[in-house]
Amino acid sequence: MLDRLQGLGKTGIGFLERLGRGHIFLARLLLALGSLVFKPGLVIRQIYSVGVLTLIIIIVSGLFVGMVLALQLYNTLVGFNAEESLGVVLALTLLRELGPVVTGLLFAGRAGSALTAEIGLMKATEQLSGLEMMAVDPYQRIFAPRFLAAVVAMPLLAAMFSAVGVLGGYLVGVELLGVDSGAFWSQMQSNVDFNMDLMNGVIKSVVFGLVVAWIAIFEGFDCIPTSEGVSRATTRTVVNASLAVLGLDFLLTALMFNA
Amino acid sequence: MTNNNGAMSDVLVRIRDMHFSRGNRAIFRGINMDIPRGGICAIMGPSGTGKTTLLKLIGAQLKPSQGTVHFDERDIHRLSRRDLYTERKRMGMLFQSGALLTDLSVFENVAYPLREHTALPERLVRHLVLTRLHAVGLRGARDLMPGELSGGMARRVALARALMLDPTMIMYDEPFTGQDPISMGVLIELLHTVNSALDLTSIIVSHDVQETLSIADYVYIVSDGVVVEGGTPDDIRHSSSDWVQQFVRGDADGPVPFQFPATDYQSDLFAPEIV
Ligand SMILES: Nc1ncnc2c1ncn2[C@@H]1O[C@H](COP(=O)(O)OP(=O)(O)OP(=O)(O)O)[C@@H](O)[C@H]1O
Ligand SMILES: [Mg+2]
Repeated sequence: MLDRLQGLGKTGIGFLERLGRGHIFLARLLLALGSLVFKPGLVIRQIYSVGVLTLIIIIVSGLFVGMVLALQLYNTLVGFNAEESLGVVLALTLLRELGPVVTGLLFAGRAGSALTAEIGLMKATEQLSGLEMMAVDPYQRIFAPRFLAAVVAMPLLAAMFSAVGVLGGYLVGVELLGVDSGAFWSQMQSNVDFNMDLMNGVIKSVVFGLVVAWIAIFEGFDCIPTSEGVSRATTRTVVNASLAVLGLDFLLTALMFNA
Repeated sequence: MTNNNGAMSDVLVRIRDMHFSRGNRAIFRGINMDIPRGGICAIMGPSGTGKTTLLKLIGAQLKPSQGTVHFDERDIHRLSRRDLYTERKRMGMLFQSGALLTDLSVFENVAYPLREHTALPERLVRHLVLTRLHAVGLRGARDLMPGELSGGMARRVALARALMLDPTMIMYDEPFTGQDPISMGVLIELLHTVNSALDLTSIIVSHDVQETLSIADYVYIVSDGVVVEGGTPDDIRHSSSDWVQQFVRGDADGPVPFQFPATDYQSDLFAPEIV
């Protein structure tokens, strides 16, 4: 009993300690962002690698999610003779929720895990120590460019997801099921609000990019520098980042759409 | 040559009463060491005693729990980050694994310190990099990626990189492991030349007793958290301590345990509870 209690206490303290380290890490990361002004090439290279890693999977998933959504929505809407609203419902669902959230989850699984593995391996092979000993700050040269790249890439990817999703919905709804094409687009145009829908979706995806990148880079930095440690950190990144995306989505939605 | 209160300017690195632990294990329990300026100083000791850890403490990547490390009269663990980085440009370090950046070619790896810390024109960078690579015999390997190098080659590339900023001191972690007899000979020659030509101070961590004794000016033997012996290679060879004699000759039997600390072998093998 006492042992259990002790174990619980130890786990709790360990957790809090890690949380603390994570925040100190974030603070140093943010401070290092300033140095990127002189090295924009580093960020651009990372945006390219993060984007390429994730673009294909985003496009394919966006297309299928849009198509499935159109099928499901059509069946429901047709019961109310409201199938013309397919376009607007589809667009709102994608822009407000599915775009940022699914992109965030895919991003955590694809780019996040790759970031953790890359940085963990750099730690395990002493590359980070090597940089330190060459008087090069890994925060400025390794962590900050990847962080910024993820924050920039996420909204772009989410926008891509939503756009492809709408296209997929159009294909199924209009071309396949025969919804009127004019109604599909015009209802969408008049009912999607720039601030309320578009910007909120962008804010969400920026926040998700920030959190996923933070978790992924920190897990890599904080891993046990062995091959087993790296693989465990990679798994933790995917789990924690996905949970963070879903939890934050609820929080942000409550704040944004409940006023 | 070095005595604990010797003349200040002769000593580049001074370690005083340094303690360090990993978790519950004390790695160092009050180490005192003077690394003389301008020579080759070797640190030897059984595997796992903390030689790599010692180098990381000197480079201020780890912090001692007690005691001080002075580099050129400055307490290296009390410096601001900026000052620390300035001092680190004066220290080269050769890691056991090479620690090359995996996404850069050999050439770019060696050029990296220059690109980070100087704004030299490309022609000069090329010139400097190729002379260093030539010195370690790998000029022809400049376009390979680190993944395409053997362990020994990677370590030689790392040596070229460590020499790039003309440091005051270089720390070598096991420079000889993984070298064939020829590159070993060349490497020993190279360390020697580099040390005298560039007026460097070298710290060499190594298991290769004979090679190390042949080039070192001064030797420390570390074991079990303390310095067990310090002296010139001749002092070490003729040491009166059984322990040092066993280590230098490489005998399996003697006061040095080969085993990691463990419970009694017999009772462990025939542990009653697993029957
Ligand atoms: N990151 C770490 N976390 C916990 N313990 C560590 C870590 N790194 C090293 N150790 C422990 O510290 C001790 C000293 O390690 P170190 O790498 O300095 O030994 P070494 O003398 O360089 O050995 P070798 O000659 O085999 O390279 C080892 O016994 C090891 O168990
Ligand atoms: Mg070692």
